[in-house]
Amino acid sequence: MTAIFENFDLVLQGFLMTLRLLAVGAIGAAVIGIVIAFLRISPVPAMRNIATVYTELVRNTPLTLVFFLIIVVLPVLDFGVDSTIGAYIALSVYTSPFIAEALRSGINGVPLGQAEAARSLGFNFGQTVSLIIMPQAMRMVVPPLINVIIALAKNTSVASGFLVVEMVAISKTLANRHGDQVIGILFGIALLYLVITIPLGLIASYVERKVAVLR
Amino acid sequence: MSSSVLYDAPGPRTRARSRVISFISTAVIVILLGWFIFALGQPRETAGGATLAGLWDPSRWDIALEPVLWQGLLWRGLVLGTLRAAGLAAVLAIIIGVLFALGRMAKNPFIRIPTTVLLEFFRGMPVLLMMLFILLGLKVGDYWAVVWALAVYNGAIIGEALRSGVASLPRGQSEAAASLGFTGMQTRFIIELPQAFRQMLPIIVAQLVVLLKDTSLAYIVAYPELLRVSYQLKDFYGSGRYSFTLFFLTLIIYLIVNLSLSAFARWLARRSGSQAVGATRKGNKKDGPAATPPPGQTGIDTSLLSIGQPDGLTGRTRGENAP
Repeated sequence: MTAIFENFDLVLQGFLMTLRLLAVGAIGAAVIGIVIAFLRISPVPAMRNIATVYTELVRNTPLTLVFFLIIVVLPVLDFGVDSTIGAYIALSVYTSPFIAEALRSGINGVPLGQAEAARSLGFNFGQTVSLIIMPQAMRMVVPPLINVIIALAKNTSVASGFLVVEMVAISKTLANRHGDQVIGILFGIALLYLVITIPLGLIASYVERKVAVLR
Repeated sequence: MSSSVLYDAPGPRTRARSRVISFISTAVIVILLGWFIFALGQPRETAGGATLAGLWDPSRWDIALEPVLWQGLLWRGLVLGTLRAAGLAAVLAIIIGVLFALGRMAKNPFIRIPTTVLLEFFRGMPVLLMMLFILLGLKVGDYWAVVWALAVYNGAIIGEALRSGVASLPRGQSEAAASLGFTGMQTRFIIELPQAFRQMLPIIVAQLVVLLKDTSLAYIVAYPELLRVSYQLKDFYGSGRYSFTLFFLTLIIYLIVNLSLSAFARWLARRSGSQAVGATRKGNKKDGPAATPPPGQTGIDTSLLSIGQPDGLTGRTRGENAP
């Protein structure tokens, strides 16, 4: 563990990179995911199909392969990007279908009776969606969304294999430099990941308890 | 009645409009994809002035006929690399999952609390870090590092799924066992775990799909699985000429394997869903049949599991989350 404290600046740098990957990945994934989610619930069948195909393809491609495509293969074809930007793109693309699915399942999880009741009261489409459906859907969506973010936090580690200097990459460097303290170093890095993931998990369970729609 | 909460069943005018929009959006996508494929196929000038063949040029694809390539990708990469690691890890993960579930449900706090801490620790850290841990810390070689990391991580998640499966069983099950004079362990093994296992089978299978997908992380620790073998083959053939071809073939193999496993998981969820989850669903009649999602998008949402968290809208009972 002492190696961690001695090289605290390095570790901090890696930690910040991980946080940056997490933040940019989450925002990028949210942007793509919201679009896909809307396509997925649209009344037009073709749009639903397009979104479904996208979801299935991306979801069944391993994250390493997405990284590999963007950071190793594309530069060969002259579509190259810098590895950090590549990591942002890879994480955003890979996470987007999970965000879309979480959103969609939240909206579809609202019982049909709610919309029927709203209509029977004479609500129009806008009122039904904004007053009845969305408030319930949003509450149901928060916990699964946070779980997606937690998974994303762990997935940022894959970037270490593609020249991005984040926490796992730092841990490899330190482990090579201090061969006698490998376990301590890795344990310290693991704890830093828990610093990110456990609070998120706590928020998820708090929100789940607090805003759950009782049925 | 429409199947969505958001809009009504369409009338004739809406259907006509929807057909037009369908047609236009499909056309746009087809044109974009076609343009992209065409653009990839164009020969390019490099900075040095040499001309590179387009990506669909036969000179890039002639290796597809070579047995060495397929022997490398399918046998050495997929079977000996990916599937060999994933298979053993899957078996170990289920065993570890049962142990974790038992530990977390133990009456003795000296077993329960350390197990809980350990489980949260394993669930909260990246699989890749765990692989490095085992590879660098325990020095057991890349194969065992990959297998154990995947087994422990997914075991922790399967353990949570099993535990929530047991927790959701009607209390009468264990009371009946107690009335027959079963010991605590007998109740767990003969009565509760088999039911929980059956109920959580879709989640467990979905998690095993995740495990298979995660074997590609082994690429980073240089274990020769499918992606690593594909990368080696690129070096073997020299030059960047085949890099796209090899990547494309690798992607197709991954997609075929993963899509068929996901389809199996969904089929399993649909098949076992009505019987196994029936007990809990019956008490919940007011949602009626409308609440059951259309076929193919099963009730137990495996999508959310594919990233390694068996909770959210799925098998977990409310409020039993992180520590």
